[in-house]
Amino acid sequence: MYDTGKVITGLVIFVGIFTFAFWYTTGTAAPRPEPKLDTPEIQKMAKKQCIEDTQFMITTHMQLLNKLRDQALRDGNRWYVNSKGEKVWISLQNTCLKCHSNKKDFCDKCHNYAGVDPYCWDCHIDPNRSEL
Amino acid sequence: MGIIVSLGAVLAIMVVAWIGGSISGLQPIFGVLVPYAAFAVFLVGFCRKVVDWAKSPVPFRIPTTAGQEVSLPWIKSAKLDNPSTTAGVIGRMFLEVFCFRSLFRNTRADLRSGYLYYSPSKWLWLFAIGFHYAFLIIALRHLRLFVHPIPGFVETLDAVDGMFQIGIPPIYLTDLLFVGAVTALLCRRLFLSKVRFISLPADYFPLFLLLGIGITGLLMRFVFRVDIVSVKQLANGLASLHPTVPDNIGSIFFVHVALVSTLFAYFPFSKLMHMGGVFMSPTRNLANTNRMERHENPWWTPPKFHTYAEYEDMYRDLMKEAGLPLERE
Ligand code: HEC
Ligand code: HEC
Ligand code: HEC
Repeated sequence: MYDTGKVITGLVIFVGIFTFAFWYTTGTAAPRPEPKLDTPEIQKMAKKQCIEDTQFMITTHMQLLNKLRDQALRDGNRWYVNSKGEKVWISLQNTCLKCHSNKKDFCDKCHNYAGVDPYCWDCHIDPNRSEL
Repeated sequence: MGIIVSLGAVLAIMVVAWIGGSISGLQPIFGVLVPYAAFAVFLVGFCRKVVDWAKSPVPFRIPTTAGQEVSLPWIKSAKLDNPSTTAGVIGRMFLEVFCFRSLFRNTRADLRSGYLYYSPSKWLWLFAIGFHYAFLIIALRHLRLFVHPIPGFVETLDAVDGMFQIGIPPIYLTDLLFVGAVTALLCRRLFLSKVRFISLPADYFPLFLLLGIGITGLLMRFVFRVDIVSVKQLANGLASLHPTVPDNIGSIFFVHVALVSTLFAYFPFSKLMHMGGVFMSPTRNLANTNRMERHENPWWTPPKFHTYAEYEDMYRDLMKEAGLPLERE
């Protein structure tokens, strides 16, 4: 092999960059977040159910929120009729966060884990925040 | 023909992964085994290829000389296009790797009313550099799924990439750029007859593969949503070498992973090796010092000379006998 020093240095840099995720993680996976469902409002419910099917909420709640927002603010229709035919008042702060009054232990838990920072909270507030 | 074969290969991988991903017993294969194997093939194959290249001797300086060589002090030389110093080579390599300078110098030749015209053509450079940078940023953004805590630069990239906050989840600019540029590069091969003529399955296959990766990624984000928390659990598990396969990940995720694994495994054996090759190109990484320095062939050994005097010593008697003239009696 020619220029062994340079070639090996280059390969070490290459392997170092491409295995970044491995050595940065140092062999320990972060625990999966368990969003807490023990709020007073949810505990009062006879049948613990979200406004839509759970699996749908887990994967698609952001798109649902977007749809609801458009429906409420663009069409002026603030009642959402869900797949079970129930009417739900559309409000981020007063519906979602009424049941899920533990934003820190619910929404934020998943979002921190997944590395998303919804910009909603630039304007909306968490009504259950202690400083309020 | 090449188009159909490569498209068919990509579609076949997608179908196999779709079926495999929807059978929960096979998910550890498609979610753990295949990615690990593909990544190992990538690392080992890449290094082997580079070492193999490094074994080829380059006895003489063969840089592409695209400008005036250093000569007399009053003749202006091209320091980047015909570098004679290490600094010049570093500058040339930097522009090559980060700005794709060779592609930028692309020209087209066409006949206009009987005259041959050469004019600059930047489209290939534009799509190529757009694609490469978009791919780089997308790859870095994916680190949010592999590592925890998430490094700050990844979060910053994420925020900048989605800065227009179009839709929820926000559209990333690099996603549009990636799919747009790959589509343009594919159309170039499909619709420009000159390029199509020289295109092989090995040219179409990576393009279809990349397009498949981009489209399945976009579908997961905007159409068939998958449980990102479970996806992160899987990816983070892979990176920590403690893989787990949570249930309830949609099978489209396994299609995406299978295509990415194919890309990794295919990489060392394909034209994609230009990633390592650009650093190993003697036409780029050598200074043009052919006339300034003596470059000795590395396998040069002095030949054994047999002088006439020695020859005469050897055959003196015979030559004398035959009456041949001798230089030394
Ligand atoms: C009537 C009370 C109620 C309202 C209003 C409500 N949720 Fe829920 N939500 C629940 C309950 C109860 C669950 C748990 C369901 C289960 O475990 O099957 C849940 C589950 C979820 C989950 C899945 C969590 C997990 O990992 O299991 C998400 C995400 C979610 N809700 C988001 C929302 C959003 C966004 C809104 C506003 C559009 C909302 N919820 C409104 C009661 C509510
Ligand atoms: C089960 C975990 C989980 C829970 C609980 C949860 N989210 Fe999310 N949410 C996610 C994930 C994961 C994403 C990112 C999806 C992606 O990257 O495609 C997300 C994305 C979002 C987004 C889109 C933001 C973006 O930049 O992509 C909004 C808005 C959002 N969540 C609102 C909420 C609200 C409000 C709550 C609480 C009522 C909540 N979520 C609870 C997992 C969760
Ligand atoms: C620029 C500030 C701003 C941002 C950012 C923002 N909103 Fe809003 N949002 C508003 C305003 C103002 C209203 C109107 C309140 C009203 O008329 O009741 C509203 C109303 C809504 C409503 C319906 C009414 C209600 O009471 O909730 C929903 C749902 C909603 N926003 C969801 C979201 C989500 C989800 C996000 C993040 C992805 C978000 N918003 C980000 C300003 C904002």
